[in-house]
Amino acid sequence: MELSLATRTVAEHTVLEVGGEVDVYTAPRLRERLIELVDSGARDVVVDLGRVDFLDSTGLGVLVGALKRLRAVGGTFSLVCAKEPLLKIFRITALDQVFPIHPSVEAATGTPETGAGPGPAA
Amino acid sequence: MATVRLSFSPAPVHVRTARLVGVAVARRAGVAETLLDEVRLAIGEACTRAVALHRQYGVPDPVLVEMSDSTSYTVRVIDRAPIEASVGLSALPPDELADESLTDEALTTGVGFALLAGFVDDLQVRPVDEGIGTEVRMVWPVARR
Repeated sequence: MELSLATRTVAEHTVLEVGGEVDVYTAPRLRERLIELVDSGARDVVVDLGRVDFLDSTGLGVLVGALKRLRAVGGTFSLVCAKEPLLKIFRITALDQVFPIHPSVEAATGTPETGAGPGPAA
Repeated sequence: MATVRLSFSPAPVHVRTARLVGVAVARRAGVAETLLDEVRLAIGEACTRAVALHRQYGVPDPVLVEMSDSTSYTVRVIDRAPIEASVGLSALPPDELADESLTDEALTTGVGFALLAGFVDDLQVRPVDEGIGTEVRMVWPVARR
């Protein structure tokens, strides 16, 4: 499956939703998008890997590059990932010690969980 | 024993094809379904490494992938880059991964090797028998049929 990229804003965080395969062929497009986001002023960036079904070393390199770029401008960078195969990749490369990794966009942005039933009565 | 050989021009776009073929042959050879994600990743990493070396050294020759099933599923990924390029293949310690001085290329190479070593129990990286180049040899068990 081809790479898909979509950006939205959640609680003053820029959330980049990534889908498909991130590999040596598609990773340059992810790098370009992340650079564009930082250049356009995004400072708290969350990359949601929820719909990624393949991620290789090139993709990981792009994510580290974004982390460094945001650090340099005083920003933050975190990942959303709940898929065990992808989490294993982060553990094996020790990158789980480099990136903040959250199980959901809500956890990453500090917003209330949605879809968990009706909220408390007013 | 069946052998499938694939050779491809050293371009990133073909690495996905190599992954798809490698997993298809693994499935047919009887590699456990639970290992197929690791097979896919490892073949991709080995091919990505080969493509990067060919491009770095301006080697136009194709990258060769040979898959064979006998008592196990063996994949050999062969590049034709100068052998010294393989020196320095090592996993990076965590505190160096996000180091500002580390280049993107060095990071990707180190992470790629960490993935290969982490996902493939039976991994060998050695010079090819004839000519210049390196062979990355990966072996996975197959179910007895």
